[in-house]
Amino acid sequence: MSGRVLVGVKRVIDYAVKIRVKPDNTGVVTDGVKHSMNPFCEIAVEEAVKLKEKKLIKEVVAVSCGPQQSQETIRTALAMGADRGIHVDVSGKDYENLGPLQVSKILAALAKQEDAQLILLGKQAIDDDCNQTGQMTAALLDWPQGTFASEVSLEGDKINLVREIDGGLEHIKINTPAVITADLRLNTPRYATLPNIMKAKKKKIVTVKPADLGVDVTSRLEVLKVEEPPQRQAGMKVETVEDLVVKLKEAGRV
Amino acid sequence: MNRLIVSRTFRIGERLLGCHARHAGQEELRLQQRRSIKTHCRHLAYAKDLFLGQVNKAEVFPYPEIGNDEVEEIKQLVAPVEKFFSDDVDSAKIDREATIPLETLQGLKDLGLFGIMIPEEYGGLGLSHTIYARLNEIIALDGSIAVTLAAHQAIGLKGILIAGNEAQKKKYLPKLASGEHIAAFCLTEPGSGSDAASIQTRATLSEDGKHYLINGSKIWISNGGMADIMTVFARTEVEVDGVKKDKISAFIVERAFGGIASGKPEDKLGIRGSNTCELSFDNVPVPVENVIGEIGGGFKIAMNILNSGRFSMGSSCAGMIKKLIELTSEYAATRKQFNKSLSEFGMIQEKFAMMALNAFVMESMAYLTAGMMDRPGVPDCSLEAAMVKVFSSEGGWICVSEALQVLGGLGYTKNYPFERFVRDCRILPIFEGTNEILRMYIALTGMQYAGKILTGKIKEMKKGNIGLAIGMVGKKLRTSLGASVDLGLTGKDGVVHPSLETIVDEQLVLKRVADVLIHMYAMTAVLSRASRSISIGLRNHDHEVLLANTFCNDAFFKNNYWMVQLQKHSPENNDANIKKIAKQVLENRAYICSHPLERTY
Repeated sequence: MSGRVLVGVKRVIDYAVKIRVKPDNTGVVTDGVKHSMNPFCEIAVEEAVKLKEKKLIKEVVAVSCGPQQSQETIRTALAMGADRGIHVDVSGKDYENLGPLQVSKILAALAKQEDAQLILLGKQAIDDDCNQTGQMTAALLDWPQGTFASEVSLEGDKINLVREIDGGLEHIKINTPAVITADLRLNTPRYATLPNIMKAKKKKIVTVKPADLGVDVTSRLEVLKVEEPPQRQAGMKVETVEDLVVKLKEAGRV
Repeated sequence: MNRLIVSRTFRIGERLLGCHARHAGQEELRLQQRRSIKTHCRHLAYAKDLFLGQVNKAEVFPYPEIGNDEVEEIKQLVAPVEKFFSDDVDSAKIDREATIPLETLQGLKDLGLFGIMIPEEYGGLGLSHTIYARLNEIIALDGSIAVTLAAHQAIGLKGILIAGNEAQKKKYLPKLASGEHIAAFCLTEPGSGSDAASIQTRATLSEDGKHYLINGSKIWISNGGMADIMTVFARTEVEVDGVKKDKISAFIVERAFGGIASGKPEDKLGIRGSNTCELSFDNVPVPVENVIGEIGGGFKIAMNILNSGRFSMGSSCAGMIKKLIELTSEYAATRKQFNKSLSEFGMIQEKFAMMALNAFVMESMAYLTAGMMDRPGVPDCSLEAAMVKVFSSEGGWICVSEALQVLGGLGYTKNYPFERFVRDCRILPIFEGTNEILRMYIALTGMQYAGKILTGKIKEMKKGNIGLAIGMVGKKLRTSLGASVDLGLTGKDGVVHPSLETIVDEQLVLKRVADVLIHMYAMTAVLSRASRSISIGLRNHDHEVLLANTFCNDAFFKNNYWMVQLQKHSPENNDANIKKIAKQVLENRAYICSHPLERTY
């Protein structure tokens, strides 16, 4: 076993920013807007670094797909403790149309190239909320998957996982190599301290193109329109149930 | 730039010069004969030439740029610090309990914030003045933490950093960088505040010549209660040409040496989480290896330390005002009175414009100064740093007060942070050199420099170097507008007016000189920054142009008014009356008017 973990990190609009739709309704405003690492990806990086600190794995490789700015996100992962980074350069139209299918193909190719033992991802990104990349990657590699993980422990060449599902908690045991996606309660990500950020400057980031990995990033989806959610209308107070029924009928809801 | 101002300032220097030339053979400024403010004419940076009516454009245009690496670095470094301060710092609690929780302090240490400018080889981050200023924008969001960190690294350990030898650096800096040891700066005493050269704490050499024994007490020492390493200033006996004299020396004192007692923490109006206390030294043995620099050279070191830490107040205040603008505008946009939101009323709008202008000027000045300090060589930017400090401390105080005003009654309660910001800001014009002292420093240092340069030129003229004289006169003609400024410093036939010899006591005159210069430096900074923004096409650069023009307009009129007031017999000058009033009040130690309701009949 190589003892190598691949962690996928995505650069997204910061969670605290108020999102605005572009006037032409083709997307959201990203120019000049604060971006940062997807919170679930931070949790994934933290888990990987923790495993390395426990000496259960040997190397943490941070991967990000996107334009030049994605390197900032990789640097944050390096400052948190990742050993090196791989930047898959996707920009322009390709980047706008980049979705889970393309990313999972890229990750699968990288996992084979880097001989990874484990792939750690966030359960979903806060910009598109797809919740598909982890699952697709596992399927492409024919690896077991442990999604919505809130607890991870390695036992020999198997992994014990606790998953947060609608009904409660599910305990499973899967073989390695595997894909795990991190849920909120898995851990609390550490701050990238300033000394670590300085040290991270010396760590390497390698840039590759999707074509180098034999991946075709053309999208099968076309975004037709992006619009704001409907404004919340003011409510109405009613005195009795009869009034309520009358009002509902008037609004054509009943 | 305003030619009118430039030529008038030139004339002040010239009049001063008139006095010096007449006192033949006297090169030293009379000022230094008294036990008064010490000024050294070192290799000063840009502002000194403003006193000669010259704008050294090459020094301030273009606005300092940082390298590509640093741009990336700054984004990376700022993010975790911002996150820490918004998630893990409970400023209200720190203020209420008058202490910084240990977990918060540890978090700051882990982030590396205790050794920002200590070189990497000693375990610090080795960052530049510019990045230090940038980080201070965020740290300033909590006043107590800002002061604790500044007392530790901007002054507490600075002595070792700038004047210590290799052995001292190796021994002390690593633990100071990690925060394992905290530093404090011990200069002020109960009897010596602004008059720092009059300190009484004594260090006497032991019999075996291996230790100095320090005796005395210090007051208002930030971090005094928890510091492990202190930079202490004390009088030592030195021999100069066979004559025994008392000079100040700087020592690195470890609490572990024994004999040091800290008083109880002072109960302060603001920055309550910062520990401030008295320290008493009772025969504290300090090994001779712990002397910083040379014996007798302590005062200079003290001034250098203080001068180097000041510039960051500009960015700290700017960071705080920017945050206040966010908080206050939320309220102004939603609160309605008379069926309009507050943001539609002129007087409220004025407050926001003022906050934006102040933040803009402070940022511009701070980063211009930091950029100058980051240049290779060791430029002395003490004049510029002092200007930044005076402007920022007073601007910050006003802005914070106006921000509270916008919220009205709500702003006055502890439910909102505004009252805490007001209390925390009140210390700014007081510490790190009171604004009164700094104004004196600015005015006198500049005039001393101008005096020296002009003395040199007059000497040339006397030697018959007519070419130079014509050059000087010609230049003056070209820049002057014909109006003459009579400061009343020279009387008829060029006889020296007594007041010139005591210019150091003419504080009201010096105050205006300093204010004019501060505003000129501010204008320079603002013009330099806005020009850069236009040239490289930064977002919202037209807003910057608007701010720059508005500020310069305002500053121009203020400067003119002060210049007019400087004329001795001008009706705008109330100085003589002010002095009379003050004299009568102070003699009687009370307000002396008869009560308006009294009668004599």
